Amino acid sequence: MNQKIIALLAGLFFGAGLAASGMNDSNVVQGFLDVSGDWNPALMFVMAAALMVTIPGFQYFLRRKPILAQSFNLPALKNIDRQLVMGSIIFGIGWALVGYCPGPAIAALGYLNWEGIVFVLAMLAGAKLRQFQVT
Amino acid sequence: MISALQAVPYISVLSGGLLIGLAALLLFAFNGRIAGVCGITFSLIKHPPSLPFTAWRWLFLAGLIVGTLLYHFLTNTPFPEPPNNSLPLLIAGGLLVGYGTSMGSGCTSGHGVCGIARFSTRSITATACFMLAGIASVFVFKHLFGWSI
Repeated sequence: MNQKIIALLAGLFFGAGLAASGMNDSNVVQGFLDVSGDWNPALMFVMAAALMVTIPGFQYFLRRKPILAQSFNLPALKNIDRQLVMGSIIFGIGWALVGYCPGPAIAALGYLNWEGIVFVLAMLAGAKLRQFQVT
Repeated sequence: MISALQAVPYISVLSGGLLIGLAALLLFAFNGRIAGVCGITFSLIKHPPSLPFTAWRWLFLAGLIVGTLLYHFLTNTPFPEPPNNSLPLLIAGGLLVGYGTSMGSGCTSGHGVCGIARFSTRSITATACFMLAGIASVFVFKHLFGWSI
């Protein structure tokens, strides 16, 4: 098994998980964020269930080596800066507006809705804008 | 609240979360990579490409789309309704999500599922920021401004 097969498998599981959990339904996501209105807390359990797997798993492997790679490819940045906080807040505002974060937005491309396609194109443009700004 | 809970049954919410966690763990344990969807996607549109090996990224993203479709076909679940936003709001939302996740170096998957599992203080901070900003924004847009989002 090589790394490409693992990447494809991980994508398949991730996509199935997003569809099963309701994360691909932007209206369910907005219902989750609507704490002061008709709150739907179910999505809290998506992250909780995912973390139940990733916390022990990541902690186990962090003390070792990846099975197929020489080392872990981890972010170099360690300190909390303005970019991290401002960027995350900007992301949260956009997430609330439409109900898509990047994973579900890409996964939902398969539904072939024009709304999802427009959102992804705008998302790529937003990322491109940031890339131009910092280079 | 009962009606909202029934929209997505808890068993599929939990199994979906477990599958997402398993996917992230697979990529981490075998390939040593963080399953951050925005990082994986946006590194593909960098010019000149900063990273030489992109095949696994395309395969992961293809898997994301095919995995979602497979779930719907195998379980006979209908596709969710598309977002009910106007065109300007769709574009604004996309721009904000793309720009914000690039600036904040991560999204729900990279920071929320993987970063927290590494006990990264940056990721815990980022997750708190986008969750709180999301909740506050829905309140402002929906309940203060009365927008249909």
